[in-house]
Amino acid sequence: MSILAASSTTATFVAPHVEFGKLSPMLIAFGTATLGILVEAFAPRKQRYGIQVGLALVGIAASFAAVLALAGTTASVVAQGSVAVDGTTLFLQGTILVISFVAFLVIAERKTDQNQDAFAAQGASVPGSAAERETTRRGWQTTEVYPLLMFSVGGMLLFPAANDLLTMFVALEALSLPLYLVCGLARHRRLLSQEAALKYFLLGAFSSAFFLYGAAMLYGYAGSVNLAVIAQHVAHPTAGSTLLYTGVALLGMGLLFKVGAAPFHMWTPDVYQGAPTPVTGFMAAATKIAAFGALVRVLDVGLGVNSAENVWRPVMQAVAIITMIVGGVLALTQRDIKRMLAYSAILNAGYLLIGVTSTTAQARAAVLFYLPVYGVAIIGAFAVVTLVRDAGGEATDLSRWAGLGRRAPIPAALLAVFLLAFAGIPFTSIFIGKFAIFQAALAAGSPDLVIVAVLASALAAFFYLRVVVVMFFSDPLPQGPTIAHPSIAVKTALAVAAFATVALGVAPSLLLHLANNSAGILAK
Amino acid sequence: MTPSYAPVAATGTFALTAWVILLPLAGAAILLIGGRRTNRWGHLLGCAAAIGSFVLGAVLFFALLAKPGAQRSYDQHVYTWIPVPGFTADVGFHLDQLSIVFVLLITGVGSLIHIYSVAYMEHDENRRKFFCYLNLFLAAMLVLVLADNYLLLYAGWEGVGLASYLLIGFWQHKPSAAVAAKKAFIVNRVGDVGLSIAVMLMYTTFGSFAFGPVLNGASSAKVGTMTAIGLLLLLGACGKSAQFPLQSWLLDAMEGPTPVSALIHAATMVTAGVYLIVRSNAIFDVSPNARLVVTIIGAITLMFGAIIGCAKDDIKKALAGSTMSQIGYMILAAGLGPIGYVFAIMHLITHGFFKAGLFLGAGSVMHGMNDDVNMRHYGALRKFMPWTYVTFGLGYLAIIGVPPFSGYWSKDKIIEAAFAQGGTSGWILGCAALLGALVTAFYMTRVVLMTFFGQKRWVPDAEGHEPHPHESPWIMVVPMVVLAVGSVAAGFLFSYHNAFVNWLSPVTGFSEGHSPINTAVLQVVTLVVVALGIGYAYLGYGLQQAPSTPPLGSFATRAARQDLYGDAFNELVFMRGGQYLTRVLVYFDMKGVDGVVNGVSAGLGGSSGRLRKLQSGFVRSYALSMFGGATLLIVALLLVRG
Repeated sequence: MSILAASSTTATFVAPHVEFGKLSPMLIAFGTATLGILVEAFAPRKQRYGIQVGLALVGIAASFAAVLALAGTTASVVAQGSVAVDGTTLFLQGTILVISFVAFLVIAERKTDQNQDAFAAQGASVPGSAAERETTRRGWQTTEVYPLLMFSVGGMLLFPAANDLLTMFVALEALSLPLYLVCGLARHRRLLSQEAALKYFLLGAFSSAFFLYGAAMLYGYAGSVNLAVIAQHVAHPTAGSTLLYTGVALLGMGLLFKVGAAPFHMWTPDVYQGAPTPVTGFMAAATKIAAFGALVRVLDVGLGVNSAENVWRPVMQAVAIITMIVGGVLALTQRDIKRMLAYSAILNAGYLLIGVTSTTAQARAAVLFYLPVYGVAIIGAFAVVTLVRDAGGEATDLSRWAGLGRRAPIPAALLAVFLLAFAGIPFTSIFIGKFAIFQAALAAGSPDLVIVAVLASALAAFFYLRVVVVMFFSDPLPQGPTIAHPSIAVKTALAVAAFATVALGVAPSLLLHLANNSAGILAK
Repeated sequence: MTPSYAPVAATGTFALTAWVILLPLAGAAILLIGGRRTNRWGHLLGCAAAIGSFVLGAVLFFALLAKPGAQRSYDQHVYTWIPVPGFTADVGFHLDQLSIVFVLLITGVGSLIHIYSVAYMEHDENRRKFFCYLNLFLAAMLVLVLADNYLLLYAGWEGVGLASYLLIGFWQHKPSAAVAAKKAFIVNRVGDVGLSIAVMLMYTTFGSFAFGPVLNGASSAKVGTMTAIGLLLLLGACGKSAQFPLQSWLLDAMEGPTPVSALIHAATMVTAGVYLIVRSNAIFDVSPNARLVVTIIGAITLMFGAIIGCAKDDIKKALAGSTMSQIGYMILAAGLGPIGYVFAIMHLITHGFFKAGLFLGAGSVMHGMNDDVNMRHYGALRKFMPWTYVTFGLGYLAIIGVPPFSGYWSKDKIIEAAFAQGGTSGWILGCAALLGALVTAFYMTRVVLMTFFGQKRWVPDAEGHEPHPHESPWIMVVPMVVLAVGSVAAGFLFSYHNAFVNWLSPVTGFSEGHSPINTAVLQVVTLVVVALGIGYAYLGYGLQQAPSTPPLGSFATRAARQDLYGDAFNELVFMRGGQYLTRVLVYFDMKGVDGVVNGVSAGLGGSSGRLRKLQSGFVRSYALSMFGGATLLIVALLLVRG
């Protein structure tokens, strides 16, 4: 009925009012990606790498500048109510851009692997075929990766800003589709990589369908996909809520898939392991930030009414508990460092869900603080993984890392810093992040969640510290992996990540202050 | 006179207090950090630090002397070590009549022994390290006696323990020395635990570590708590001062170089327990029970050490047994309360002189006898080492208590005080002290006769060198002479017009007690007893020649040679018992604690393994789990909705 009503009132087409200024961060990102496609089409093969990397970094920097320019402006819903530009959005966009910049430095690395980057010479060539050998010999590179990832960044910027479910879905696809592709482009162990990409794509498509179905149901309930309108209907219900909560469940499943919460987490280890390691770092950090941003917006804007909160909070809390248990317990038996970090990412999604379900401004600020500090550390950790190499690419089996601390003290020490941070050792940024989240959850009256989270942290300390023990307290293997000497870019990325991890643990007040200020501003 | 603790801030001359400690501390630091570069002049620096510290101590002493009796108490606050709300630990020093006496003893005897060591350790390639440790010891011991709170006192207490450990094991290439060092450290640990608990108890009771609140508050605190603190302090004192039942380490500690035995294991460190008890007099004054235990421990040890001293052929071990016994006298006196505190300290000082002198004499003898310590291989040395003979002889006369030598004045007072305690316990303690005097006279006469009299029983050393006994160089003789002067005159000086009693009583309090027997009679009895001891020893070792190889001896002799089975007891009860205990604990740890831990981890690991199977790698099963999860979400949300 409402569909009919809508169609009758918009008989005449009115040109949409689009605030390009407010949308500029996303527009710059998408524009850069489009330019990259043109470069791919017209620039000679030899120069593409340099141009693409430069373009991407400049694009990210320009987008970040736009975010900075928008910071402090009044929160508003723009583009006909489909995009919310507010403190939370800008904080998350800025975070995504900083993280992306660091991640791109690692992704663009060519020095660690005989002047080749981490991607297959030609994605279309069959693994092990003559074409593959030929393209490799010629030194071809899949420079399409950079515009693809820029599209993904654009999608990530839009995802937490989306104020209606359709825009959110578009953003979801925009960020996901390029990632599916890039995941399958690893130079080494290509079959594993392609398998991971296919799995990611299939499961991603599957979850997108759920998301879309959920959006449809919510439209059916509220007569609109706009979060504000949905919120009004939830506050003043005109119909039964079956449609609402079925829709919320399906929509929530699509978002929980992206953040990697159990039981929708199963793609994570396989994809993290198969994807090129720099991309894994990028996904683990940036995708998580964007997805949590979207989750926060759906739950706090669309369903932020007390009556609805009382329904979804216990369910989401159960999801948080299951996620922490699954992530913590399964990480125990992992022998592959990338899989171990994947389960660690699941565990951290559990912690973040605690913050999300607490729904206070304090909890939102804690989540906003946690996302960047975790993102920086996980990129750093995966960057170290790219340095430890065997003949067949990276040596990701933990047993190969024995005694690394003696053979390569600096990378091992850096990884130790990140792992200690994940373990929540004081004077690291994640300790502060965890503390903030747990404190907010306690203040919001969920001590049970905090107890589970603390137990899971204790559990997690085991598998983080095990790596430290293997690196520093075992004898080096006689024919251990070689340690690549990275370029200045990766060194910079690692230095920034390690510095941020320690500095934000010692003096977190600046970022905490910023997160506090941003969290309070949520355009409704 | 009742003691009071009301120090004023140290200004002017008294602000030098910290420097007394800083000098040897700086010396130790320079020698430690400077390393081999300081080899050439390290010993001189060590001596200079010790002497400088002594000079400062003397200046402080005369400055105190110039003040009236009630104004000889100064506190110097250096800095606040731990400034946390609700908990403060200060570093500050307290100078009064008691601590200055110790400062003079430690730095005075310490300086002499530094000088003596220059020659004694001349051929040791680690001489610089030796002086570093000696300076470290001085600094720690000075912290112990100058601290104005129990926490800092404890720090000094541990510091001297460390220095003692390092110096006993100085010749660590000898396994016996390394073992002895460990033994000393471990036995002392038992006592240290007692002291540390006492300090914690003080904090919970008085809310402070400082002497002021603790000592002034003791009289109004619960008697039970004070008894507990007193007994724990006694446990600490037993460890550091080698009192029964923690006496076993002292005899083995003689493995250290002889100057160390003289300074640390005779004159100063081993008397720290006496200082601790006398300093805490306010606590013991409240608790007669704790005092009683102290006197019993003292009486047992004074007999214990004396009996061991009778049977030892090793000159240093005979002297060590004697040290144990003499400290037993001091502990006994300290346990008598205000009747005895002053005499405990007075005996401590006179003992510091004559026992250090005796040890240096023993070192001098060893120096001339190829480092042989067996008295059965000595004999007739008086002709070859006249200076050593004379100084050792004066120390001997002092220790057995022949008037007018210093031991007579202090030991006699302790015997009198024990009787003056009154009641049955007074009689028992007094008789034990008298008996101790008899045995002391016996074993010391035995030492002197076997070493300096009779015929030569010299034997070549392991490498076949015949001993050529000779007088030690003057740099070793001079300290011996100075100490001998102290052994002769100190007692008389202290007793002249009750000088020492008057000096110390503002800190410790003093009461005459009521002796059941006439003092003059008691003095005569004591002298008779001493004469008996000398005579008996003369019969055994003067008239007949001591055999070069020890005779089998009676049951008692054999027991005494075995340190009255102290080690055997420790081994049986504590070592074996401890081993059983640790085995039980290990069993409990493995089965109980580890069982739980391993059970949890195995459970987690197992569930991890089982959960992993869900991660099959098949997209279809992943999709199925997502589908199931979505279904559950829907059901859960609809159920929660109600």
